[in-house]
Amino acid sequence: MENTENRSYDRGLEPAVFGLWLGIGSIAMMFAAFTSAYIVRQGQGNWLEFRLPEWFFISTLIILLSSLTIHLSYKHFLNGNTRQYKQLYLITFILGLGFVVTQYLGWTAMHQGGVELTGNPSGSFVYVISGVHALHVLGGLAALAVGVLQLFVLPHVVSRKRKTRFKMMVQYWHFVDILWIYLVLFFMFQ
Amino acid sequence: MAQTQVAVKDATDQLIEKYGFDDHFHDHHDGDKYQTNFITHYIFSMDHKMIAKQFLTTGIFWAIIGGLLSLIFRLQLGFPEENMAWLKPFLGKWVVLNDAGIGSISPEFYYAMVTMHGTILVFFVLTAGLSGTFANLLIPLQIGARDMASPFLNMLSYWFFFLAGLVLFFSLFLSTGAFSGGWVAYPPLSALPQASSGSGAGMTMWLLSLTLFVVSVLLGGINYVTTILNLRTRGLSMWRLPLTIWALLVTAILGLLSFPVLVSGFLLLFFDRSVGTSFYLSEIFIGGQALDHVGGSPILYQHLFWFLGHPEVYIIILPAMGIVSEVLAIHSRKPIFGYKAMVFSILAIGFLSFLVWAHHMFVSGINPYMAMIFVLFTLIIAVPSAVKVFNWLATLYGGSIRFNSANLYAIGFVSMFISGGLTGIFLGNSAIDIQLHDTYFVVAHFHIVMGVAAFFGMFAGVYHWYPKMYGRFMNEFLGKIHFWVTLVGAYLIFWPMHYLGIAGVPRRYYSFDSFETFSHFSGMNQFITVSAILVFVAQLVFVINFFYSIWYGKKMKVKNPYGATSLEWTTPIKTGHGNWPGKIPTVHRWAYDYSKGDRDFIPQIEPLSEEEKENMASH
Ligand code: HEM
Ligand SMILES: [Cu+2]
Repeated sequence: MENTENRSYDRGLEPAVFGLWLGIGSIAMMFAAFTSAYIVRQGQGNWLEFRLPEWFFISTLIILLSSLTIHLSYKHFLNGNTRQYKQLYLITFILGLGFVVTQYLGWTAMHQGGVELTGNPSGSFVYVISGVHALHVLGGLAALAVGVLQLFVLPHVVSRKRKTRFKMMVQYWHFVDILWIYLVLFFMFQ
Repeated sequence: MAQTQVAVKDATDQLIEKYGFDDHFHDHHDGDKYQTNFITHYIFSMDHKMIAKQFLTTGIFWAIIGGLLSLIFRLQLGFPEENMAWLKPFLGKWVVLNDAGIGSISPEFYYAMVTMHGTILVFFVLTAGLSGTFANLLIPLQIGARDMASPFLNMLSYWFFFLAGLVLFFSLFLSTGAFSGGWVAYPPLSALPQASSGSGAGMTMWLLSLTLFVVSVLLGGINYVTTILNLRTRGLSMWRLPLTIWALLVTAILGLLSFPVLVSGFLLLFFDRSVGTSFYLSEIFIGGQALDHVGGSPILYQHLFWFLGHPEVYIIILPAMGIVSEVLAIHSRKPIFGYKAMVFSILAIGFLSFLVWAHHMFVSGINPYMAMIFVLFTLIIAVPSAVKVFNWLATLYGGSIRFNSANLYAIGFVSMFISGGLTGIFLGNSAIDIQLHDTYFVVAHFHIVMGVAAFFGMFAGVYHWYPKMYGRFMNEFLGKIHFWVTLVGAYLIFWPMHYLGIAGVPRRYYSFDSFETFSHFSGMNQFITVSAILVFVAQLVFVINFFYSIWYGKKMKVKNPYGATSLEWTTPIKTGHGNWPGKIPTVHRWAYDYSKGDRDFIPQIEPLSEEEKENMASH
C-alpha cells in the first residue's frame, strides 16, 4: 500500500492503513476459527482441565504495558520530543521481547506440569494457539526492529510517510495485545 | 517513451480533457519505472494489466493440465476393461500390466488424479485464474485508478500463486504419487502419512502448495478491497459502480474472511501429521497396529474446511456473475434490470454463504436439529440466486441482442446456473441428501452450477475483454464453434450423472465391478467419457484461438468497439502504464445508460444533460 502516487482522487482514507485493517480482520478470523474449534472439540468430552501457567499472566501484564509505551512513544514522536520518543520505543521493543520470553517460559512450565503438546487436545490447543499468536508478535517485533534501526539512523522528522508507518505499527501492536487478552480470557473461562 | 501522445483527440478525449481530474501523474514519470526492461515489463511486472494476463495464461495452463487429468480417470470409468498399455509411455508405473499384458490405471493413481483435478480446477483455475485475471484487469480500469493501491503486493500475489503451482506440479511426479484423498483433504487420509501412498510426501506438498496459495489470495484480496474502496475516481459513488466491481469486491471480502479459517484447519492438520498431536485423530488401527492418537475429532476438520469451502464456491461464482451482468447488458443494449437488487443479492449471497457450511456434513453425524438450521439457511440462499436469474432474463427480454461469443457464453451461464441451482435445492434438504450425498448427483450439481457456469462466465469475460488485453479480437467463428460444442457437450456429460446419483452410484469409486446393481450403467459411463473427450477437444479450439489472436487477430481500430459506457473503454487502444495518458476521467452517471432516449448509449464520463437534470429533479 506504499504507493500512494497511484491515488487519482483523494477519498480521505489512507489506503495503507485500510489495508492493514483488512489484514487484521483476516488474522482475527484465523483466531476465531481456532477458538471455535476449541469449543467444538471441548463439547465432545474427553477433555483434560488444567491451570494456565503463571507466566502467561506475566506475559499479559508485559504486553499491556508495551501497548501503553508504544502509544506514548507515538505521541512524543508527533510532538517532536525526541528523547522520550526514543526511550519509550526502545522500552516497547524490550517489553515485546519479554512477552515472547515469558510465553516460552509458560510453555516450559506446562511441559513440566505434565501437559504435553501431543497429549490431550486441551493442552495441544493452548500450545498451538498461543504459539501462533507469539508468531504474530514476533512479526510485530521484526517491524519494530526496523523502527529501532531508523531511530538511530534517521533524524527525527515527522514526514507523512513515517507518520503513517508509525501509526500502522501502533495499531498492529494494539491488535496483538487485544488478541492476547482475548485468548487468555478465553483459556481461563471457556 | 511509453506514453505516445494521442495525435487526434476524439470525443472521449475531449470529455476527459474538459471534465477530467488532473493528478499530475505523468509529471512524476513514476509510472514508467515499472516497465523499463523485459524482466520488469513481462516477468516481475507491477502493472495490473500485465499481472492480469499472467494470471490468465497461468490459469489456462492449469486448466489444460486439470482437464487432461480428468480424461485419464474418465477413461478408467468409461472403459475399465480396455487395454491402457498405450498410456504407459506417459504414466510409467501408474499403468499396471496384468499377466496377459493388458494395462489398466492403478487405483492409487486414479485417486490421485481425481484429487489433483479437483484441487487444480477449484483453486488454481476458477479462483486464481478467474478472480486474479478480472480483478486485476478491471478494478483499476473500471474505477478510474492508475493502478492497484499496492502494485508491489499485487505482483507478490501472482508470484505466490506461481510458487503454489510449482509445488503442486512437482508433487505430480513424486514416486509415491500426488495426494489422493480428495480435494477436501479429510483426515485421517490427509493426517496419517502411512494411510495411503499419496498421504506422505504428496500430502506434504499439497499442504505447502495450498498454504502458498492462501497467501496469494490474501495479498490479492487486501489489494482489491483497498483499491475499490479508496481509489475510485471523482463522481464514482458505490451506486455507480459496474456490477463486475461489486462482485469482485464481495468476492475479495469473502476470501479475506474465509481463507484464514482454512489456514487454521491446515495448521492443526500439520501438527497432527508431523508433530503427533490428536486434533483430528482418534483410536485408529493401521495394519492391526493401534496408533497413539486418542481424543481427536475428524468432524472438526470438516467444520473448518467447509467454513472456507462453501464461501469458496461463491468466491468462484460471484466474479462470473459480475462479468455476465456486464456482458449481458452491453450486448443486449439495455440497462441491467434491477441494478440495486443485483447489488443487494450479491451482498446477501456473500453474507449467507457463511451460514450454510454444514450442508456438506448432513451425513457426517451432526445433530439433526443443527442440520435443520442449515437446511433453512441453505434454502434461503436460493432466493437471492433466483433474483439474479430473474434479472438476467429480464435484461435480455426485448433487448437488441448481439449473439457474439461473449454474449452467447453469458446466456449459456444463465442456463447452467439455473440447471445446477435447482439440483442444489434437492441437496439442501437433509432428508433427501441421505440418499444423494457422495453420489454422482452431487458431482453433477456442482459441476454444472460451479464448474461449467464459472467457466462460461470466464469465457464470456475473455471474449469480451480480449481486445482490452491484447488490442485484437478473438476469432468469432471459432468462438461460436467453441461455445456450441461446449454447451451441448457439458450437458451431455453432466445430465446423465443425475440419474447415476439418484440410483445411488457413489462418487470417487475406482470401479463398480463388484456391484451388480450398477452394472447396467456401463453404457452411460462410456457415453459420458466420450462426451468429455469431445468437450476437451473443443477447449483446444479456444486455446488455439486465444494464442493465434494475440498476434493475428482482427485489430481493434476504435477505443470503444462495443459501445460500452464504463471507463475501461475510454483508455487508448494501446493502454500504457497509468491507463490514461492525461487526466483521469471523472464519472457523472451509473454504468448502464443504454438505449436512453434517442441515444444508443451514454458513457459514464459524460455529464448529465439539462433534460436529464430536470428529470432527476422531478422524481
Ligand atoms: C441454489 C443454491 C444451492 C444449494 C441449495 C446448494 C446445495 C448444496 C448441497 C446441500 C451440497 C452438499 C451435497 C452433498 O455433499 O451431499 C452441495 C454441494 C456442492 N455445491 Fe451446492 N448448492 C447451491 C448452489 C451452489 C453454487 C452456486 C455452487 C458453486 C458455485 C455450488 C457448489 C457446490 C459444490 C462444489 C459442492 C460439492 C463439494 C464436494 O463435496 O466436493 N453450489 N450444494
Ligand atoms: Cu456448500
